[in-house]
Amino acid sequence: MPTEQERPTLWDKLRAFWRNTDWESNLIVPLAAIAFGLLAGSIFVLSIGKSPLAVYKAVLDTIFGSKRSFLDVIGQATPLVFTGLAVAFAFRTGMFNIGAEGQFTMGMLVAGIAGIKLHWLPGPLLTLVCLVAGTLAGGLWAAIPGWLKAKRGVHEVINSIMMNYIALYLTNTLVLSKWLREPGYQATFEVPRKALIPNFMGTTANWGIILAVLAVVVVYYLLWRTKLGYEIRATGYSPTAAEYAGINVPNRLLGALVISGLLAGLGGAVYTLGVKRRVFQLFGFTGIGLDGVAVSLIGRNHPAGVILAALLYGVLYRGSASIQLSTGVPKQVVGIIQACIIFFIAADEIVRFLLKRFSRKGEAA
Amino acid sequence: MNTSVPFVEMRGIVKQFPGVLANDRIDLDIYRGEIHALLGENGAGKSTLMNILYGLYRADAGEIRIDGKVVHFDGPNAAIRHGIGMVHQHFMLVEPFTVAENIILGNEPHKGIRLDRRQAIAKVEELSEKYNLHVDPHARIADISVGMQQRVEILKALYRGAELLILDEPTAVLTPQEADELIVTMRQLVAAGKSIIFITHKLKEVLRSCDKVTVIRRGKKIATLPTADASLNELATLMVGRDVELTVSKTAASPGQPVLQVENLHALDNRGLPALRGITFNVRAGEIVAIAGVEGNGQTELVDCIAGLRQATEGKIKISEQEVTNLTPRQVQEAGVAHIPQDRQKRGLVLNFTVAENMVMRSYFRPPFSSGLTMNQGLAEGYAKNLVAKYDIRTPSVQTLARSLSGGNQQKIIVAREIDQNPDLLIAAQPTRGLDVGAIEFIHKELLQQRDAGKAILLVSLELDEIMALADRILVMYEGKIVGELSGEEATEEKIGLLMVGERGKGGETVAN
Repeated sequence: MPTEQERPTLWDKLRAFWRNTDWESNLIVPLAAIAFGLLAGSIFVLSIGKSPLAVYKAVLDTIFGSKRSFLDVIGQATPLVFTGLAVAFAFRTGMFNIGAEGQFTMGMLVAGIAGIKLHWLPGPLLTLVCLVAGTLAGGLWAAIPGWLKAKRGVHEVINSIMMNYIALYLTNTLVLSKWLREPGYQATFEVPRKALIPNFMGTTANWGIILAVLAVVVVYYLLWRTKLGYEIRATGYSPTAAEYAGINVPNRLLGALVISGLLAGLGGAVYTLGVKRRVFQLFGFTGIGLDGVAVSLIGRNHPAGVILAALLYGVLYRGSASIQLSTGVPKQVVGIIQACIIFFIAADEIVRFLLKRFSRKGEAA
Repeated sequence: MNTSVPFVEMRGIVKQFPGVLANDRIDLDIYRGEIHALLGENGAGKSTLMNILYGLYRADAGEIRIDGKVVHFDGPNAAIRHGIGMVHQHFMLVEPFTVAENIILGNEPHKGIRLDRRQAIAKVEELSEKYNLHVDPHARIADISVGMQQRVEILKALYRGAELLILDEPTAVLTPQEADELIVTMRQLVAAGKSIIFITHKLKEVLRSCDKVTVIRRGKKIATLPTADASLNELATLMVGRDVELTVSKTAASPGQPVLQVENLHALDNRGLPALRGITFNVRAGEIVAIAGVEGNGQTELVDCIAGLRQATEGKIKISEQEVTNLTPRQVQEAGVAHIPQDRQKRGLVLNFTVAENMVMRSYFRPPFSSGLTMNQGLAEGYAKNLVAKYDIRTPSVQTLARSLSGGNQQKIIVAREIDQNPDLLIAAQPTRGLDVGAIEFIHKELLQQRDAGKAILLVSLELDEIMALADRILVMYEGKIVGELSGEEATEEKIGLLMVGERGKGGETVAN
């Protein structure tokens, strides 16, 4: 049984953290992958006869160019923090929640419906109800593939992709129905002003960022400081060992996917209340849930990494608009750059190899 | 044939891995017509050295000469061209393919662009005739025994023109009878002028089957000597670097009340076929009961049933008179059962968890480690530190990932964790599989100590040596049934071996049920 240990000081803890962190895989390789991705992206820019430097300068201008553009980066990153967290959380149990897209959509939709239909509630309460409703909708949308996975062994990817389509078409059906559609709009009525999450200077950035940061902290705490987190991580790393340890594996798989869906659903609710103000007809997936997969991957499935990766994506999203204006490079190029970065993140062995090559050349010189 | 010049000479081989000097100026000479054992503990550098010889790694320094000429291997294909073949511990065969197809794979006889099946089969038959290695060229790999698969691997190497065969722990997967056959095969091959390097950490095999032995310890060559001049104890000391008790001394057991009672147990295997067909036995407090048997005769399913990891279809399991049939693993554990699982990497540990996280794997949900929903990592680490010290587990810290420890130290984590639960019944399934003599000695002593402390111990092992050294009673399993029971004193390797292959009742008195 444990004995009284000397309580480690904060300094000891920090030192232990520094020593025990694998800086190479968690920091150097991702950063290098981003650098290689930008480099590879330059080749495409060159191929259409434009200067990559001008493009990257335009991207940098979006961050530091003006307060408003900086805030827009934050605004673009906020929903990605939620979906990135959702995907990362599911990855920790060894599941691939590509359904974050549908869960996010359901969060958007149900938060909007709650806001419109319960308009008689007082302001702050209405906001809360909208957030909770959207969150639960996301959770429910994940519970269905989660249940099928846990009890029937059906692969979650197949089911959650189908759930994505159901969410998409359900949204469009409801948005364009008499019940919700504002005449003359391809969208619902507006959510009452009193329920909205206030934004900063009229940009996409809004107080929802606080919820996003809070969600990051909660997920971190849940994963590494609770019994449930221990069980979820054990299940993710080795279901057979988890079973031996006495963990109810199917139950934990279901639970983890539901929590993942709650996070994505909350993200959708914040997006409706903080940015869109009403639910629009969708002409395809929002892409925010799908990009959550990339954000999670770039962030190494770690809550803190997710924030940084979401910010990177915020820069690229926002940058895609301004490079077209200022350099004439089509904004699709940003998509190519994103793809290059994801390629190098996913192929981290290639990055390690390239790093080794470069450092060896450095020694020789 | 020139016998004064070695076929292969390795000179001053150095290989550095991050943090480990795996090979430190190793010399090795292999002559034609000899079986040369490469003996060392896990992680001593045997496999690294052989991977260099087979062209899988490149040495940082040193050179390899074949028939006196310096060679450079940039991959296994270069090594194969120079007559070096390797049979890995985990076979590299294509399961749905036939024996002949596997042997010719990568160097297929052909007519134009078409595979010449007839010639392929003729070539395989010719080879198997020449070296007296009988195989059915038409059989599919998935349908033949492990011993037969190994034979296919050897033929594959010979087909590619191997003059020197490197066998990596070849007996680890074999029954005692198959191991005997392998040794006969090896003798025939060297009689035909081939050479064999036999990688192992089993001392008896070295003395029984090899001509020379080179001992490697911590990346250094310690000695090369003819096996005729070596003794078991001498080899063990060379290998570990200290005196080792090869057979732990043991007093007579004084068994008490039955702790585990199994009655008429039936269960299915993963494919849904009957694996247990009416098993009845008990284990009393203060005794070690060993289950012997060839792998795949229901031992795994039996242990899984008792531990709550598999459903029984019929029958009863009781722990200290409490029925635990088909309860969850957690409930079985709470009834007083600890379990050292046979697959330490798949079941016993979460490899990506730290030592501390693994140490509390069976107690994390209880106070003091958990209260309410939260878990106290600090306490878990303190607890782990104590056990690491008590069981002499070699790890840089308790925050190190279990993945990065050696097999022996990984197993020690499990042993420490399970014994510290203070169980009534301790199930030890292949507790020393793949471990070296030092770690085996440690685990055997722990098991005996637990027995003497009045625990009931169920030992499942494929190693007859281990069973003979520890067991007070031996039950032999064959095709899902217990086909014989022997007391520790009357058991001989031969008696157990015969029961293991289903030769019921030779010797008369040994058949039960």
